[in-house]
Amino acid sequence: MKTKLVAAPYLLWMVIFILVPLIMVAYFAFTDKNGNFTLDYVSDVAQYTPIFIRSIWLALIATVICLVIAYPLAYILIGMKKSMQSTMLMIVMLPMWMNFLLRTYAWMTLLGNNGLINTLLGFIGLEPYKMLNTEGAVVLGMVYNYIPFMILPIYAVMVKIDKSVLEAAADLGCNSRKTMLRVVFPLSLPGVMSGITMVFVPAISTFIISRMLGGGGNLLIGDLIEMQFLGNAYNINLGAAISLVLMVIVLLMMTIMNQFNADDEVVLM
Amino acid sequence: MKKLAKVYLGLVLMFLYVPIFVLIVFSFNTTKSRSVMSGFTFDWYIKLFKNEIIMSSLVNTIIIAVIASIGATILGTAAAIGINNMKKLPKAIVLNITNFPVINPEIVTGVSLMLLFVFFAARMNLEFGFVTLIIAHITFDVPYVILNIMPKFRQMDPFLYEAAQDLGCSPFRAFFKVVLPEIMPGVVSGFLMSFTYSLDDFIISYFTCGASTQTLPITIYSMTRRKVSPEINALSTLIFLVVVIVLILKNVVERHNENKRNVLVKGEVQ
Amino acid sequence: MKKIPKTAFAAVIFAVICGMLTSCSQTQTDVEEEEEIEIQTLTVEDEEYYSRFRGQGVSINIYNWGEYISDGSEEGTLSVNAEFTKLTDIKVNYTNYATNEEMYAKLKGGGASYDIIIPSDYMISRMIKEGMLAKLNFDNIPNFKYISDTFVNPEYDPQNEYSVPYTWGTVGIIYDTTLIDIPAEEIDWDILWNEDYADRILMFDNPRDAFAIAELRSGYSLNTENKKELEECAELLKEQKKVVQAYVMDEIFDKMGAGEALAAPYYAGDAITLMDEYEDLGFVIPKSGTNMFIDAVCVPVTSKQQEAAEMYINFLCEPDIAYATTTYIGYSTPHDAAYERLDDEIKNDGISYLDDTFLEENTTVFCNLSDEANQKMQDLWTEIKSVQDETRNRWLVPVFLLACVMTSIGIIIRRYIKKKKDVF
Repeated sequence: MKTKLVAAPYLLWMVIFILVPLIMVAYFAFTDKNGNFTLDYVSDVAQYTPIFIRSIWLALIATVICLVIAYPLAYILIGMKKSMQSTMLMIVMLPMWMNFLLRTYAWMTLLGNNGLINTLLGFIGLEPYKMLNTEGAVVLGMVYNYIPFMILPIYAVMVKIDKSVLEAAADLGCNSRKTMLRVVFPLSLPGVMSGITMVFVPAISTFIISRMLGGGGNLLIGDLIEMQFLGNAYNINLGAAISLVLMVIVLLMMTIMNQFNADDEVVLM
Repeated sequence: MKKLAKVYLGLVLMFLYVPIFVLIVFSFNTTKSRSVMSGFTFDWYIKLFKNEIIMSSLVNTIIIAVIASIGATILGTAAAIGINNMKKLPKAIVLNITNFPVINPEIVTGVSLMLLFVFFAARMNLEFGFVTLIIAHITFDVPYVILNIMPKFRQMDPFLYEAAQDLGCSPFRAFFKVVLPEIMPGVVSGFLMSFTYSLDDFIISYFTCGASTQTLPITIYSMTRRKVSPEINALSTLIFLVVVIVLILKNVVERHNENKRNVLVKGEVQ
Repeated sequence: MKKIPKTAFAAVIFAVICGMLTSCSQTQTDVEEEEEIEIQTLTVEDEEYYSRFRGQGVSINIYNWGEYISDGSEEGTLSVNAEFTKLTDIKVNYTNYATNEEMYAKLKGGGASYDIIIPSDYMISRMIKEGMLAKLNFDNIPNFKYISDTFVNPEYDPQNEYSVPYTWGTVGIIYDTTLIDIPAEEIDWDILWNEDYADRILMFDNPRDAFAIAELRSGYSLNTENKKELEECAELLKEQKKVVQAYVMDEIFDKMGAGEALAAPYYAGDAITLMDEYEDLGFVIPKSGTNMFIDAVCVPVTSKQQEAAEMYINFLCEPDIAYATTTYIGYSTPHDAAYERLDDEIKNDGISYLDDTFLEENTTVFCNLSDEANQKMQDLWTEIKSVQDETRNRWLVPVFLLACVMTSIGIIIRRYIKKKKDVF
């Protein structure tokens, strides 16, 4: 069949705009300003190990918090009546459709020393509490922005669990807690896994959230990359090297996560 | 237990909505303060509509989203059909590369495209702006179209197409009469997904935009980095309203379709 | 259907109540004073000159600092870009940057073609050196005659071929006079290290201005290229990190205005704008000296509309426009005719227009540093903004990368074998 040919334009597109750019990142990472091969920039990335560790750490915390909040929520959702479920899901997902810069900006107004939360605390007679420009604020921003990516896949998997399986478990003498632990949780694992990657990847590479809520003193990998390309420290080669390392970390994580995922389908939103 | 569930749901909803409602409330504030309400006004909305930079970037955003999502849908649909007919190994390779922009951190995609465009710019007189933005948007949109369509092929009966040809359809006609209707739901959802992603994209646009074309998210970003004006709150309020209306409409349409289908099914049974 | 939205409803009501509570119990702080508003008008000398691009659909791309132009958002003021389009029929695409370095990166990266940029002194000489600026045709800029002699043939552009001065000013400390109880003449740069004000201090988010403050504090030249001195300054800045709330540029308007922070170094012109709006704020030029800067309009060599860009530069030098600019943004003007029209109150405010001997004795203008020094400063800046790590292993990352690749390959092979087995 000749229909294979219709994919040709896309294949060309894919090579030029997906493959070649990635090769260029690698090229810039391993060459210096004059185009000679060098390992200097990739080695220099070691200098920023603390930033990598902090980014991974903050992204991990955010992912765990997202999971802790989203899992019970998804469980509550599937317990509802069918008509209710879709309405409720829409209400939960609605904030995600707002531009994420605006959502992050909203927290800026809430968390400031003279922001709304501290003003309210002031009424009760409490001292203003420093919230903005801390790592906590950055994690909060990540959780707020990316929690829908955790709720959706978990919900999507849970909703497919056959009700009769749960009934069977009950018939065989499981109480609700045991059913939850022994049946629902293992069955929902693929959703949890894809939720984790979908939260972790944007969280580890963000540069807006840390800039807006972290005060510019809490650099993350994303900030570091942005700084080398469009920011205050112009150094394309170093930027490419950091991007490369970030990419490798993420891909490695995805490969490991995929081990838990029986089928290779990417769970989309 | 039920009560606990409700309290929990309420708390989560509060967490999700309070920031947005605070933005909305302060869009009507007479002063620029973000913690003290001192009066009610529509001034910021009027200023917003008079702000040429915001309005022109809104127009840009919509134009780019429309062109990019249509382009991505056409390219992606053709690609999905072709990929579906490939042998196992090439298929796996192509699908894996297609997946790349989806799983790769957005900032890396943005940076890599920027490097590519810089390379072209130096040699081919390409200017950063409309063209680069559209190319970048199509590039990150196409995978979503393909990934939405592929499962539809799996659900489709592979012999339908051949049967249509046996019954005298030309391959072209058979495609439009038989295959396309089957994969249409995937095409539509792929298109909608690309469109919303394009509208909302900041990171990739940030690295690929040029001197003359700014999209709305980029304008919003530069607004938050300057003297902040409550116009930004007014803008959030309007976007929120649009989102609510669109989602409600979508739900109503879906319900309507579902009812119709139910009626049809019942009719068939009778 | 009825029960659940109740919780959503409760959330709404809570938010509304929050808003109301704060609105009721706080007193209104900003009561607008009735003031006579001066309506600015525009007359140009040579309308003929401005009409040559009419009807050709020309557009120019302007890349300017944030908050650095009169945009007509205050009553009675001119919107410079709108007036320009009205007069010349040239469309203006206007975008902002926050620091010289950001602008440099965007241009150096290539691709983006701007027609007008407004860099500062040291950046201009750097860009001239790297061949990034176009020579201007001053026949197209007759209004250059208004520029004060002091600003013609400046050090950064000795033959005055590439730039037309836009504004100038000094750097000082903006602070909250109600909460910082130190007489103005005693405030020096070390206040930005004072632990009493921990977490209430803002700092420049660009390397050159930030290093300048450390250099002033330790008594080094603002143009030092000495590696050891730069490293010492970097140490000072790292030490300062403990007390810094955030690294900002124009976010300062918001943060100082809202009382989020107590002290911040920034440009005099913006300090004036802030002080006009918030009475509690004060501005001081520390006695140990400061940096004086000149920002000038230039045309990048990549510009495709140089003549239209020169028309824009000439337009900026129209007395009415230069006056509108300086009164709106608060920076000092190098434009004689605009200066003449200023109120005495502004001329003698002790911030904007200082006498020449004071400037000579207390201020230094940035020069362009050597490539090595620039690179060193940028590297140190990245290091300051991250946490420093003394024991770095040069092989850590390459080895790590290799390990990652090996693991992935291993996993893929394992899966492949497993699949093969499954088939049989």
